[in-house]
Amino acid sequence: MQINPQVLLTILGMALVTYLTRIGGLWLMSRVTLSGRIKTWLGYLPGAVVVAIVAPTVLGNGLAETGAALATVLVAARTRNVLLSMVIGVGVVLGLRMLLASLR
Amino acid sequence: MPGLLSPAPSQPAEEQVSFDAKGALAGAKRVLPLAFSDLAFGLVFGVLARQAGLSVLEVFLMSGLVFAGSAQLIVLSLWIVPLPIGTILLTTLIVNLRYLLMGAAVSQWFTRLSSLKAYATLFFLADENWALMVSEFEGGKRNAAFLLGSGLVLLTSWVSSTVLGRILGGAVHNPSQWGLDFVFTAMFLALLVGLWKGKADLLPWVVAALVAVAAAHWLPGKWYILLGGVAGSLVGVVRHAD
Repeated sequence: MQINPQVLLTILGMALVTYLTRIGGLWLMSRVTLSGRIKTWLGYLPGAVVVAIVAPTVLGNGLAETGAALATVLVAARTRNVLLSMVIGVGVVLGLRMLLASLR
Repeated sequence: MPGLLSPAPSQPAEEQVSFDAKGALAGAKRVLPLAFSDLAFGLVFGVLARQAGLSVLEVFLMSGLVFAGSAQLIVLSLWIVPLPIGTILLTTLIVNLRYLLMGAAVSQWFTRLSSLKAYATLFFLADENWALMVSEFEGGKRNAAFLLGSGLVLLTSWVSSTVLGRILGGAVHNPSQWGLDFVFTAMFLALLVGLWKGKADLLPWVVAALVAVAAAHWLPGKWYILLGGVAGSLVGVVRHAD
């Protein structure tokens, strides 16, 4: 077990910077009065962020990911069961990847 | 598994935010399927960290204190002695800027907690449990300890798997081989279905998607989440004002 002081300092710095980003949103928002416009913005924020997280994988990776995403959304819309949708999505992505690889 | 823990109908008391063991347990249970794929990625990080020259103790400390997979992974590419500390910290900041948005998105609920609870719990904010929590809260189950319970599970699996990967070394396979990379995408997609409130969401979501795809193509790191999220939500505000 060894640790280099420079490495320790870097890790502590990374930890501090990361923690500040985690609390920064709350800190800033608790210091402004929430106008109607900001409340509207906060209402649209979660959906937009989640869309942004998935979009490059769903639209930019290939047919397997796009197909599996479609299957996941359909199952989720039908059943509202997150776990089942995830299992089906992963199954479909595996199946499509194997299929596409065998066609190549 | 979802649903098992919610016998009581959600309270109509809209502003109420609770914080108790029940919420923590609910969070821990809901995040469990994700902790499994988290393990696979933790192992990979551990292997790469070994190649970058980090000791077991250093991996343990970094995973436990920073607890941010993407930032840690990207920083490994800069990990050359003498460490470029400024560049590493700036990269960490840029990769994690998306947490600012996620924190802002839950701020209306967290301001109802004591500062100590709110700021301590936010240490556990990660992409996965943030999305789970938002869908819980929007469904009326407002227990902020959800983030704590789910975060503890994620932290435990992240720290143990990265340390294990560091010790094991090369004998780890690429998680995408098993489709495990898609577990996260599938979860976000399933939660997204629950976040859909109606046609007003269509344009903001399309803009968020297009900006994110373009940003992921042209910019490094996680800029695409920040830019897509900001662009999409602002379109929502502008449309709302009309």
